[in-house]
Amino acid sequence: MKKLKLFDFVSMTLLTLVTVVFVFPFYWVITGSFKTRLDSLKLPPIWFINNPTLESWETLFKQPTLQWLFNSIFISVVTMILVCAVSATAGYVLAKKRFKGSKVLFSMFVFAMALPKQVVLVPLVKQISFMGFHNTLWAVILPAVGWPFGIFLMKQFSETVPTELLEAAKIDGCSELKTFIEIVLPIVKPGIAALAIFTFISSWNDYFLQLIMLNTRKNLTLQLGLATLQGEFATDYGVLMAGASLAAIPIIVIFIAFQKSFTQGITIGAVKG
Amino acid sequence: MSPRLFLKFKGAYMSKKDNPIMSWYKKLSISQRQTVTAYLFLLPALIFFFTFVVTPILSGLFTSLFDYTTKKFEFIGFGNYVKLFSNTIFLKSLKNTVKLVVISVPIIVLFSLFASVVLYQKNAVVRSVFRGIFYLPVVTGTVAVVVVWKWMFDPYNGVLNYVLMKANLISEQIQWLGDKRFAMWAIIIILITTSVGQPIILYIAALGNLDTSQIEAAKIDGANEWQVFRHIKWPGIMPTTLYVVVITTINTFQCFSLIQLLTSGGPNYNTSTIMYLVYETAFKSPYRFGYANAMGVVLAIIIGLFSLIQFKLFQSDTE
Repeated sequence: MKKLKLFDFVSMTLLTLVTVVFVFPFYWVITGSFKTRLDSLKLPPIWFINNPTLESWETLFKQPTLQWLFNSIFISVVTMILVCAVSATAGYVLAKKRFKGSKVLFSMFVFAMALPKQVVLVPLVKQISFMGFHNTLWAVILPAVGWPFGIFLMKQFSETVPTELLEAAKIDGCSELKTFIEIVLPIVKPGIAALAIFTFISSWNDYFLQLIMLNTRKNLTLQLGLATLQGEFATDYGVLMAGASLAAIPIIVIFIAFQKSFTQGITIGAVKG
Repeated sequence: MSPRLFLKFKGAYMSKKDNPIMSWYKKLSISQRQTVTAYLFLLPALIFFFTFVVTPILSGLFTSLFDYTTKKFEFIGFGNYVKLFSNTIFLKSLKNTVKLVVISVPIIVLFSLFASVVLYQKNAVVRSVFRGIFYLPVVTGTVAVVVVWKWMFDPYNGVLNYVLMKANLISEQIQWLGDKRFAMWAIIIILITTSVGQPIILYIAALGNLDTSQIEAAKIDGANEWQVFRHIKWPGIMPTTLYVVVITTINTFQCFSLIQLLTSGGPNYNTSTIMYLVYETAFKSPYRFGYANAMGVVLAIIIGLFSLIQFKLFQSDTE
């Protein structure tokens, strides 16, 4: 028993030490954004804020930052809504209906998920330009909706809907659509919540897709804008830190607020499935 | 449109007895009706899936057989594939990719497992604080995380060289990201911090779901902590381990943003991965699309093989 306590103590100390590496970037970004330009370059580093200033934030907002913020929000919100709608209906049917081709379809979804997204990089860009969406926000939204992860997740959640309930609804003469909206949706609501947060966070941070699809300055997202600023303000760390804070804070707030739902979302497919 | 309003509309529409679609539907057998309804529900998903996933996959496979640039589109069979395996930059990137996977995946999985075993029996607050912290870099986003690491690794203004020089461990500034001895390791470190978040969440959940009565019984029978872990917990979380290993491997194979933002594959392609090379080949002059697609296909095959091997290995271990 003593040995166990010691192991636990050492491990907890170790883990606590390691967390510094995880928290520090976040801390540094936020404090850095309020430092003067000189302070942010000083060595030894100034660990706390000496002369708080908003000059970096002012420089940041001289860029089309508000437009970028809007683009990021628009992309994430629309992707989230579409993914939830598309996945909830598809997941329900795959879990609860017996029909020709269901097995084949489901294996196709799973197979596609195992394929690296980026293999389809060039054809996807071509497809998007062919459809006339290149360099519009839809170029980032639509491919993300095609990604079948949400369907997979919602199938797992829909398995929990009791079949007897669906049969009872049918006997009562409830239409398919009504059954879905009034019986299935309320039961899978936690699944939709989890999927919504998961999708919001991943499309907010999907730098790769944004990079290959968007290129004019006013169409950038916060992530892309920040990457561009890294080239323009190479060592003006204050501006970069302000940009990084703006890109990170909204999403961290959302994550903390919905941590429980989120955790449940990324757990259910893997642990119970 | 609100669901209720929609139902009303639908009701009005469906009530017309002479509606040709309705009368066709009524003639179907029950199982046929099931199929029709199912596909109606699936329709939006299928449209997106076929347009933005299936079509690009097929067209990627197809165009990988062409000498395809902005000017040309010429069938060359497996020409691109043959060229790939004599291309030193591709082979270097392939080696880097495998190295990245082989080094970081075990570290990520073992660290996640260790952290979860320590944390899962702690009280809810401690557990969720740590879980949140380990997930923080994922949420913060690669671009923002890179801003900080770039500063740390900066040879002249960065903290790492400063500390090492103060401690007299090095005598001159090291170009962490520009020196081929260090660049890959710098990337691996950041990659690890941005990758353990999800596995930890999964492991904590899996350990929490284990049957406690079995563990209690083993303890009463005198099994020590290690035996309990080895013979009860470890087999119990095996499906999660398989999932974590496969997902982490797939993600690591696709490591791109970190590399593009930190080193652009440099110095001299020493940190270039296949994913980065696909991007460079397709989006920088001379825009060789067919060639890039062939690289993508090779990457997909390699990932497929790795996943298959992992499935086989872990499956035999579960039995």
